[in-house]
This record gives sequence, structure tokens and C-alpha cells, in this order.
Amino acid sequence: MTPPSTTSAPTAPATTGPGAGADKIVAQPDEFAVPELDTSRRSATKLGTAAGAAGAAGTDGTDGTGDENERAGGGQPGSARGQLARLIDPPRRAWRVLTSMRTALVLLFLLALAAVPGSLIPQRNINPLKVQEYRAAHPTWAPIADRLGLFSVFGAPWFSAVYLLLFISLIGCLWSRVRWHLRALVGRPPAAPARPGRLAGGSSWAVAVAPQEAVAVAGQVLRGRRFRVAVSRPGATRPDGSPDHSVAAEKGYLRETGNLIFHVALVVVLLGVGLGSWFGYQGTVLVIQGDGYSNTLISYDQFSSGQLVDTAKLRPFSLNLDEFKASYEVGGQPKDFAATVSYTEDLGAPTKRAEIRVNHPLEIGGAKVYLLGHGYAPHFVLRDKSGKVVWESYVPCSPRDEMFASSCTVKIPDTGLPPTGGALKVPQQLAFQGDFFPTGVRDPARGYISIYPGASLPTMTLTSYVGNLHLNEGIPQNIYALDIRDLKQFTTNGPTGDGEIAQVLDLKDPKNRTMTGLPGGLSLEVDGVREFASFQTKSDPYKGLVLYAAIAIIAGLVASLRVRRRRIWVRARPAVAGTGSTVEIGGLSRSDAEGFAAELAALTARVRAATEEAAPSTTASATGTSAAPAGTRTETETGTETETETETDTGRAAQPPTTDDRTTPPAPDGSLDGRQ
Amino acid sequence: MAVNEGLAQLSDHLFGGSMAVYAAAMLGYAAEFAFNRLGRTATDAAGAVAVDDKAPEPALVGVAAQTGAAAAGTTSTAAGRAAAAGGRAGDGAAVKASAGSRSSSGSAGSGSVDGDAQSARSRLIGRLAVVLTVLGWGLHAGSMATRGLAAHRVPWGNMYEFSAMICLIAVTAFLALMIRYPVRWLGVFVVFPVLVYMGIAATVLYVPAGPLVPALNSYWLKIHVVAAILSSGIFLVSAVTTVLFLVKDRWEHRLAEVAAGRASVSAAMRNRGGIVMKLPSSSSLDTLTYRLIAFGFPIWTFAVIAGAIWAEAAWGRYWGWDPKETWSFITWVCYAAYLHARATAGWRGRKAAAVSLVAFSALFVDYYLVNLVISGLHSYAGV
Repeated sequence: MTPPSTTSAPTAPATTGPGAGADKIVAQPDEFAVPELDTSRRSATKLGTAAGAAGAAGTDGTDGTGDENERAGGGQPGSARGQLARLIDPPRRAWRVLTSMRTALVLLFLLALAAVPGSLIPQRNINPLKVQEYRAAHPTWAPIADRLGLFSVFGAPWFSAVYLLLFISLIGCLWSRVRWHLRALVGRPPAAPARPGRLAGGSSWAVAVAPQEAVAVAGQVLRGRRFRVAVSRPGATRPDGSPDHSVAAEKGYLRETGNLIFHVALVVVLLGVGLGSWFGYQGTVLVIQGDGYSNTLISYDQFSSGQLVDTAKLRPFSLNLDEFKASYEVGGQPKDFAATVSYTEDLGAPTKRAEIRVNHPLEIGGAKVYLLGHGYAPHFVLRDKSGKVVWESYVPCSPRDEMFASSCTVKIPDTGLPPTGGALKVPQQLAFQGDFFPTGVRDPARGYISIYPGASLPTMTLTSYVGNLHLNEGIPQNIYALDIRDLKQFTTNGPTGDGEIAQVLDLKDPKNRTMTGLPGGLSLEVDGVREFASFQTKSDPYKGLVLYAAIAIIAGLVASLRVRRRRIWVRARPAVAGTGSTVEIGGLSRSDAEGFAAELAALTARVRAATEEAAPSTTASATGTSAAPAGTRTETETGTETETETETDTGRAAQPPTTDDRTTPPAPDGSLDGRQ
Repeated sequence: MAVNEGLAQLSDHLFGGSMAVYAAAMLGYAAEFAFNRLGRTATDAAGAVAVDDKAPEPALVGVAAQTGAAAAGTTSTAAGRAAAAGGRAGDGAAVKASAGSRSSSGSAGSGSVDGDAQSARSRLIGRLAVVLTVLGWGLHAGSMATRGLAAHRVPWGNMYEFSAMICLIAVTAFLALMIRYPVRWLGVFVVFPVLVYMGIAATVLYVPAGPLVPALNSYWLKIHVVAAILSSGIFLVSAVTTVLFLVKDRWEHRLAEVAAGRASVSAAMRNRGGIVMKLPSSSSLDTLTYRLIAFGFPIWTFAVIAGAIWAEAAWGRYWGWDPKETWSFITWVCYAAYLHARATAGWRGRKAAAVSLVAFSALFVDYYLVNLVISGLHSYAGV
């Protein structure tokens, strides 16, 4: 593994202050910071922050020093700042802390932590039955958990607070970084330092041509390598008065662009999720074969919609379940489920047929219909003593295990039996509870079990109750659960024997599927079984937005991690003796030091070859035309580029601004190549 | 289609065979590591440095001791970087000299130049270990392929196959790293957890080859699950390097303490440090960890997003806070926190490494606790 050489960040002493050593990189203090301030407290080398721009993002490693700058800036003896500054400072400081990296880290951890209980404690919107079981199992703790919002963590206020705060922090940071990046995109690359050859990997050589020409040639080479190049204009001078012949080149803006796209896309995802929840709806319905439903509020067994959905204006499609086919392996593992449906997309539209299977929903308008689950619905027929059918229905049974042994509850409120109890008028309603086994066999240890999910040997075990079901009182009850408070169990006659409390019915055998001996001479026959399928209609108009944002997330992420941002500088000085010049080249990369070293070496070779081959020209104008400066700023703005040791990839560091060039040259601090 | 029992059995045999070959390779790596003279010679130099210099950079010591790279102990970062770019492998692999570097890498005459018989033998053992790893990899890949052929589907449909694939990817990542960088020292530290993992998969998680449950019968299986497996294998290797980084970092700090006179030389230091001295410097381990995570993180992001797209097709909503979804989100946030931590002052180094381990634990929970302990939409057919 190619190692870095010297320092590792935590132990490197800070080198700050101007003029601190001629051969080392010095951290250029922020314009606002008074040099006497105790910056050595900070372990990170300090660089110029994104000026005093309000809401500037905390630069890397300067979360606290940014603070300090504020203090320093505010504490300046400028009476000009005075009152207003003191008023603005605290919220500004607070904003800076909020948009700093450290806060982001803390919030990220909090977000991860906050999501944990949502996975360990049953959630109401995922599995309300489990929530009920949990509450029953934890009578003292459950109400507390409920108050804390632990049964709906992801809608709880404290969870929302975490991610909203994180997004505010993100947006605040993005605000200044986007502006900063746009400025960098249109502006010049930061100008060359006084001695670029002193940078790591830098070199210098002598050439025969004048400095302007050498620099122009170098600029062309770099331009050919698709760098953004700014060659110094002829006649430009450095702060000390000497002529300035330099080239500043930069490449790899895509890194920051990708980073910004990634973070903006996160915000868009949040937006899409929010909009989708406001404008979306979903409903589930259980449909027995032969039956159907329409996309209306009343058809659904369960329905929920966002605040801005007008449930009266749902698209009125309707769907009929013609057939449901489930196929299984020999061992009972499910192979495939397919629901054949005929549907109309709107009122009066033609009927179409389709097949809905797992992973293959049916798309109708903006909504999708999914196949959620399935089960069996045996056919119960209640007859009176003359054989006339009093009541009949397919009653869905809820599956309990992989072989589709299902629990059945049948409630018959209108049996035709007269109420008992004289003046009390206690109704005589019938209820049956039992199990259905698609392929039922009697296991000596466990009783009846189902050994195969397909209905090859449909068997039913039933017990009977009579009494008051409380169905006429307007209080809703669970159709799958039986409250036996006011019911009395009674014995019946049937295939298992006479006077038995439970009967075992074989649905395929007409002689063995009737229970007799019910009150009033009624008899119950279970003469067939159909399958049912449960469908879910789901509409989320903004999921496309979320999808595109997700794609942008990936694209931005890859760009921000793979592209290298690097800068190359060339400077030429007239030779000490003769007409030639000395050319220096150097560069800095913010990441991937090893790859950059190779690139710098290759570029050096090219530039060197080009400048050595360049023939000295006799006219000055020729050099002037070939210089072609791209910069828009004036030359007096030469500055130095300093690197912060903590600047990396998806970090939030604002681009360091150019500060006034001091006489001490910049050089990379050793930790640069220690990173990635 | 019925399961081809013959191929299924072959798959199991190949799996066991690959484990045996990996075990042999691991022994080879360990032997090379132990008998490598490099650490010892460099330790002598390091001992001299530590004793003489007042406050040397601890990383210098680590660098001097690093396997394979004869890094110059000078202050010139250019030289250091050149040596870094040079990266001489312990077995004399081609020196990737970086053109334009101003210093030669001959400045440190460390153990690799030292043509010691023991060092040569250890290098031979190391190379044998690599050959064995490749062979084991081949057997492992063959095991997965035959399992897929036996069941007539891609071989990642249940926890056993999943875990086996992650191990395969981890070894692949290690081999791929070795092509580009001299990371043979990483061998024993990667192969060992892989072996343990494969053992657990073969015993606790094993199910006979069979068909997929219908819910998994979608082309998304090849997209979402492949991305998850790839990134998990890479994160596994990154967890290994993180642990190594923490060990080495602690060692370097202790050396610095000794050099600064704040602590006394420990017995381990007197005894040449042992294994720790032979690891590369903590910063290069940190870099390696970062590179691995930076490579795996976009793949994990893609896996989560692909999972959301599949969920939309299968369950009607792209995100429902199912425990698996929640934990994969938590893992994503934790690895994002790692990348942020590395860009924040005061959080690089040990704290970032801690974040990396937290993130890996989240990944572990995501795969095993969620599937086996918590029940949700992701619990298929029992396991």
C-alpha cells in the first residue's frame, strides 16, 4: 500500500501565523482574524474562511475557529461594526454552528439512533396487530411507549425534529457552497504561488525562451489537457513589483458539482416524499373469487390518504377477480400466485383482462393495484329444518401458517330464530369458530394439520355458539375475532358423532360436511371453498420525482468521490544570466495524492518538453497573442492557495478564498498526502 | 424445475474445499508475517530514532516499519511521497517509481533490501499463500456457480448463499487490492474473518439448495441483492483495516509518548513490538480504509435505492420503514457519517475509525439480527 510519508493529522502541531518558516506551508490566517489571537489552540491548520459572508458554511476544521473569527471580527475596534454587529453576532454564530460539519455529524448520528426503536418496537402503520399484541404483553411499559410515540416512530415529532434540523443545516450549508462553487466556476483559478517548484512533486528547469513565452507555452499544454487555465497578462506585476509570468490551472470542478448535486438531491427526495404523502392514498380490500371492488372509499377494508386528497374524486375504476391461481412446489413452498382480473379503467370504459401477480402490479391511471396476499373462503350454508336456505356466504379465513391452515369465524346474526328470555328479548344469533385445512390430515400429536397449501383435501373443524353477538348495537368489531361473553357453546351432530362439541367436516364428501342439531332444527353445511385475494390500490403521484432525485444522488455521489480536484501552477522568471528563463511547476491536489503525483509528473514532462523545444521569438507581440489570458480578475489579486489538511471529498469545506500573497511561499503541509 | 442434487452436493464439497484451502493460505500469510525480517530491522532503526529524537513524528516510526515500503525518514514530504509512490513490495515487485520525484527510494536500507535467507523464505511462503488464496477463490466461486446451476437460479436467494457470496466478494476485493497495491500483509487479517464467516454460514445458516420464494422471483434480485453483496464484502474488508488502524494508531501514540519522555518503554516495545511493528503506518491504513469505504458507499446507496424501486413494484410503496429498510438506512447514515467525520477537524483518525466500526455493526445488525431476530417483510421462508 502506498503510504503517506510523515504526519498524521491528530499529532501534527499546528503551524500558523505569517512568516513561520520559509520552506513550509503556513496557514494563511483569515482576513478577519487578528494575528495575535491564540490560533495555536486550534489543532487544525486554519485557512481563510469563506469570508464574512452571512451564513457562510463552517469550513473544514474551522467550526470553532469560524466562531473565533466572528468574535475576532466583532471584537475589532471598528466602531463601524458596533451595535449592529453585536446584534447580529449571536444568531450568526448560531447559524454557523448549525451549518457546521460537527453539527451535521451529530445530527446524522441522532438520526441513525432515532431510527433504531422504529425497527425493534412494532409500528402501527406496518403491523397494527403486532402493536396490539405488544401492548397486551407489556401492560405497564406500553402506555409510556405510546406517549413517547414509539409505536409510530417515523411520524413522531422528535424524529421529525432530527431530520428537519439536519435538512435545515444541509440547506444552509448548501446555500453558501453553491454560491461559492458558482463563483469558482466563472472566476479564475487561484493564482500561482511565488515558488510553485517548492510544492511536493514540483520541479524547475531552465529554458531558452523568455518568461512570457515559456508561460504561454505551458498554458497551452495545460489547456490541451483540459485544465481551466489563466495565464498572467503581459505587463502584470507581483506585489513586490517584479513582473508576473505565471499560469494558474485548475481541473476537477465536477467533484464539487457532484457533491452539491448529491446534497440537493437529498433535499428533493425529502420534498418528493412529503408531497407524495400529501397527495397519495392507499387502500386494501379482500376480494373473494367471483367478486370485485371499485376504487371508492366505501369499497376498501382499509384506506388512508394524504391531507390534500379529495376522496370523492378518486378515479372510479373497478376490478373483478375472475380467478386466483396459486401453484406450489411438491414440498409446499409457494411457486407462483396469479390473479386473473377483468377491470374497467373508468365509468363506462371497456372491460379489459389482466393478470396481477407478486412483483407485477396492474397500473390503472396513476394508481397501481398490487396483489398482497391470499387465502381460502369456505362456503357456509345455513338451512332450516325444511331444507330452505336461510343464510349462505363465503367467509374468508385468515391463514395461520405456511400450509395455509386458516382460522375461521362465522357470525350469523339473522338466523330466523326467535329471541329468548321473554321480556329481555335476547337474540339467538349463531356463531361458528374453527379451522380450515386445505389438505387436512389428523396428526396424532398435534391434531388436525394442513400438509399442503393447495386445497386437495379441504377439511374443516368447527365449534358452535349461540347467543348475542352484539352486532346490532353499532359498535364495530373485528370480523375475525369472536367475543364469547354472551355466547353459549353447544353440541351438534355431524360426521364426528352426535352430541359433539366440535365437528370435523370433509368438504369434498357430501355425506360428511353437514352439522345438524342446531337450535331450531337448523343445519350448517360447508360445501365448497373459493380462494380470495387481497389487493392494495396505491397512488403516489410524486414517486417519479423521488426516483429521479435518487438517480441524481447516485450520480452526484460517484462524481464527488471519484473526481479529483487539482491545481497546477507554472511560474517563469528571467534567468540570472542570459536571455532564457527558469520555469517552475508545481501543483496541489485535494485528494488522491498518489494519483496526482503521477499526473503531475506526466504534466511536468510535457510542459518541460514543450518549453524546452519552444524557439525564442523576436517579437513581443507574438508572445502576447499566444498568452490568451482567460482570467477576468486583475493581476494585482494574486494570492496564494493554501490547503487545509482536512479538506476532502464529500466534506463541506468551502473553497478557500485567495488571500493576499505574503512573501513566504506556500507549500503543502505534510498531511496532504496522508489523506486518501 | 427440480433441484439437481448432484450439483448441489458438488457445491457443498467445493465450499468445504475452498475453506480448507483458505485455511492453508491463512497459515501461509501468518507465517510470512511472522517470519518477515522487515519489522525487525526497521524496529532497530526505529528504536534508534525513538531514543535519539526528542519528538519524532510517530508516523515516521510506523513508516519505517512498514512492510515493503522503504520510506525515507526525512522531513521532505516530497521524498516521502516519492517513496510512497514508489511503494516497493516486500517481494521485490516492480518499483513504481514516480517520475519527477526528487529523492531516490534507496535512502532507507530496510529489511526488504536485506537479502536475508529467512526473508526470502517468508516471501516465498507469502507468494504461496497468494496462490492458495486464488485457488480457494476459484473453488469458492465454483461452489456458488454449481449451487446456482443446481437450483436453476442465481446463487443468492437465502442467508447461506448470501453470506457465502459476501465472503467471496471480500476475498475478491483483497485479491483486487493486491493487484494494485502491495497489501499482502492484509492477508491473514482478511482471510481469518472470512473463514469464520464461512464456517458460520455452512453450519448455522445452511439450507439445502432449493427454488426461490415467489416474492424474490424478479430480475431485481440480480440488481439489488448483487449491489448489497458487493458493498457488504467491501465494507467487511474496510472493517478489518479499521481494526488494524486502531491497533497501529494506539501503538504509534505509545511510541510518541515514550519518545517524548512521558511514558516508559514497555516490554512489548523492548521486544521489538511484534506484529504491530510489521503493519504499515496508521495513516496508510486510514487511507486504505477510506478508499474502501468511498468505493463501497455509492454501491450501498445504489443497493438501497434499487431495493426501494423493487419494493415499489412488489409491495406498493418505495419506503415503508420495514426493519430491514430501516437498518439499511441506518447503515447508510453511519457510513455517510464516516465520510463526514473524515472531513471534520478533530474527527479524523481514531474517531472516524470508531464511526467506521459503528457503521459496520449497523451493517451486521442489518443482515443478521433483522433477518433472524426481528420479523418483517424481509424474512423469507424462515431464513
